[in-house]
Amino acid sequence: MSQLANEPMGEPVVAPGLQASERKKFRFDNRYIAPLFITCILLVGHLSYGILESYQRTALAIVAALVTELVLGRIFFGKWLNLASAYITGISVGILVRSPAFWPYALCSVISIMSKYVLRVKGRHLWNPSNFGICVLLFLAPETVASLSIQWGNYIWPMLVIWVLGSIIIWRARRFHISATYVVSFFVFAFLRTWITGDPWQSEIAPITGPMYQLFVFFMVTDPKTTVKSKLGQCVVVICVAFVEMLLRLNHVVYAPLYALFLVGPTAMLIEIWMESRRAPAVPATAQ
Amino acid sequence: MLKSKTARILLIVCFVVLLATPIVIKRLSARRQAPTAKLEANTALTRYGFYFQEVASASGVNFVHQAPTLDHRLDHIMPQVASMGAAVSIVDFDHDGWTDIYVTNSGEGSKNALYRNSGDGSFKDVAADLGVADINQPGTGVSMGAVWGDYDNDGYEDLFLYKWGRPELFHNDGGKKFTRTTDTAGLPAWVNANTAIWFDYDGDGRLDLFLGGYYAEDVDLWHLKTTKMMPESFEYAKNGGRKYLFHNLGNGSFEEVSAKLGIDTRRWALAATAADLRGTGHPDLFIANDYGISELYFNDGKQFREVGKQAGVGFSPKSGMNATVGDILNQGKYSIYVSNISEDGVLIQGNNLWVPKEGTSGDSLAYDNLARAMDVEIGGWSFGAQFGDLNNDGTLDLYLVNGYVSADRDKNYWYDFSKIAGGNSTIISDAAHWPAMEGRSLSGYQQKRVWLNDGSGRFVNVAQAVGAIDSYDGRSVALVDLWNRGVLDVVVANQKGPLLIYKNTAAPDNKWIDFELEGTASNRSAIGAEVRLFWNGEQQVQEVSGGSGFCSQNQRRLHFGLGKNPRLERAEIRWPSGKKQTIDAPVAGQNYKIKEPQ
Repeated sequence: MSQLANEPMGEPVVAPGLQASERKKFRFDNRYIAPLFITCILLVGHLSYGILESYQRTALAIVAALVTELVLGRIFFGKWLNLASAYITGISVGILVRSPAFWPYALCSVISIMSKYVLRVKGRHLWNPSNFGICVLLFLAPETVASLSIQWGNYIWPMLVIWVLGSIIIWRARRFHISATYVVSFFVFAFLRTWITGDPWQSEIAPITGPMYQLFVFFMVTDPKTTVKSKLGQCVVVICVAFVEMLLRLNHVVYAPLYALFLVGPTAMLIEIWMESRRAPAVPATAQ
Repeated sequence: MLKSKTARILLIVCFVVLLATPIVIKRLSARRQAPTAKLEANTALTRYGFYFQEVASASGVNFVHQAPTLDHRLDHIMPQVASMGAAVSIVDFDHDGWTDIYVTNSGEGSKNALYRNSGDGSFKDVAADLGVADINQPGTGVSMGAVWGDYDNDGYEDLFLYKWGRPELFHNDGGKKFTRTTDTAGLPAWVNANTAIWFDYDGDGRLDLFLGGYYAEDVDLWHLKTTKMMPESFEYAKNGGRKYLFHNLGNGSFEEVSAKLGIDTRRWALAATAADLRGTGHPDLFIANDYGISELYFNDGKQFREVGKQAGVGFSPKSGMNATVGDILNQGKYSIYVSNISEDGVLIQGNNLWVPKEGTSGDSLAYDNLARAMDVEIGGWSFGAQFGDLNNDGTLDLYLVNGYVSADRDKNYWYDFSKIAGGNSTIISDAAHWPAMEGRSLSGYQQKRVWLNDGSGRFVNVAQAVGAIDSYDGRSVALVDLWNRGVLDVVVANQKGPLLIYKNTAAPDNKWIDFELEGTASNRSAIGAEVRLFWNGEQQVQEVSGGSGFCSQNQRRLHFGLGKNPRLERAEIRWPSGKKQTIDAPVAGQNYKIKEPQ
């Protein structure tokens, strides 16, 4: 899902008052905060409410993502890549894909990771990996695959804990503005939909109280590798995502947020790449 | 550079192949399916060993179910709330040797029907004459289902009717009329129930009664105090109706003992069935719950304990709407079939076929869900299902009905449904928050499933090919040999639709044998009695049931298909009293009427 794991997230967390060598020993690599967080979400959700189809399916999704990343990283970059990012992709697939079959979990993870290596423009991949993989499966195998669309239990506190913890982590990653902008946009467009359709406003905001949105808000739309670079640009893009989502919702598309990101994310990336290429100085022929 | 370019081309090729994989899987899967068009009768008979003809109207049965009209504050979602109540149960109420059909109706003031089987191919509704028709009067609630059991052991099957409203008990007076005994039975004043079964949980020779609530019992759906009466969650709801276990005191009254005996749950029960899953001689209880996990209660004869998680059937929450058991692999063990919801691209819960795990038994009995492996997983918005050998080939087949709300064919409610289903409990539990349906369908007009068991662990859907071609909103299905021909016919009750009777014609080469049991020390209906039949080196076990499927009850008689040229070895009968009886070398083509030895 997110590439947060591959991004610097501020200074490493180090206990104060320690010597440099000790500091190194106790250093906690911030790249692992996001994987740790999503693992906690998964474990708490499953042990409390049984949110997963099964441990085996989720494990399959994770292993498939890790193996694909290892193999492709070795082939195309000549090294063993850090697996934190692939782990998040795998675990996200394991949570978000709902299928009684096993193969969609493996296939979705492999397609997600491969998309990073295949669908590239000027050295940057365009789609958030798990967003791409899940959308592809929802398009191509609707008779076998759905996505998580239910609540995690009946209580409000697990939802609040996840929102608070997620906000703190995303704040440390300096990407809180993206999540916040999206959430505000969602509410604005939800009330606009209420005004247009006449449906109860509670039904329009209902989806954002579910776990799919928590993962979407904290891990998908914030993905540093597939978001534009400027802060303002990032905010504009998620407003666009929320807007396209509204259009899709008005057309009764069940997985509107996933599809909206699928459409808007790469478009924004391409626009940014195009603009960067226009700004970049012409490369002398001799330099090639 | 060249090497890198080659690797990249290979990567792209692999990527495209992977993208194409779901399409390839879909096509391969489609190849395994039976024809989707109705076959000529002879072709179906040759290919599958049976075919159906729908004969309800020709038999004089012109029953059409009516749905209730509930509190006006539910108007905007009325089709999905008032979506149950079509039910069918089978009984030979007058002991004339021909099985009869009882059907419930659910419109306020509508009449239930008791179709007496004349034996000549026709039926006559005698419910009004016998006093079991006018049971849906305004203010008393409406019928949801009925189960038959001889609670006073007088030799005639009595009628328990469960409603969204006042449950009713009718005593069968010698097959000539029914007397309402609700008031003396000690039943609660109001239960919003969708399941009930007769079973003798303590083996005292008297039938006890389990009753499962759906909406909470303090909800009067016609006069709502609040619109916060919906499930608090789509998959974790525990704000449904309570459960009742009525212990038969033997004097026409019952004592409610559920909590005392360990059954204390408020999940939204839609189906229940009882069978001796562990071979202890005591019937265990399985409850399929909507909006949550299923529950399995092991029964030691005096106490129940819930073991769903431990047994593997009670972890992943779905929308359970059916519970039926069958020895599908001819191993002498019961598997359990639970129906759920599957809608392409929105919600793929898949139905559950819980098959006993190898090497587990007794208290450590555990189950695997083999619905996918056996191809009985996807059945749309599934409701009632029953196991039975439809072509008499010696293995149990599976008949499943489905379809939730069939309204406007071109507009569907799934988007709005999925939107609210994902909401927090404060949102989903209030009907006022649900978007209006506005005439839209919700998994409507679905094709039924008739899954033929090939005997090696795979089922093939042949519904269309053998003539089960209706697309009504099926709810309740019952299997019965209506004309004593040695085949199982199928009766289907449809929500806001006609009652269907599929007359079965099976290939004569395949043989059969039936057992009609009557208890003496055991309850007279012989509910809970088990017949284990051995033939051709294999065995199959069946148990007399006091209710199974969704709001339904099959014929009391046990029907075994035997295949061609069967060599019958023996039939072992185990009565609920614990007595055992063996019939050596029984003869195919016979209906054995057996009274429990004194």
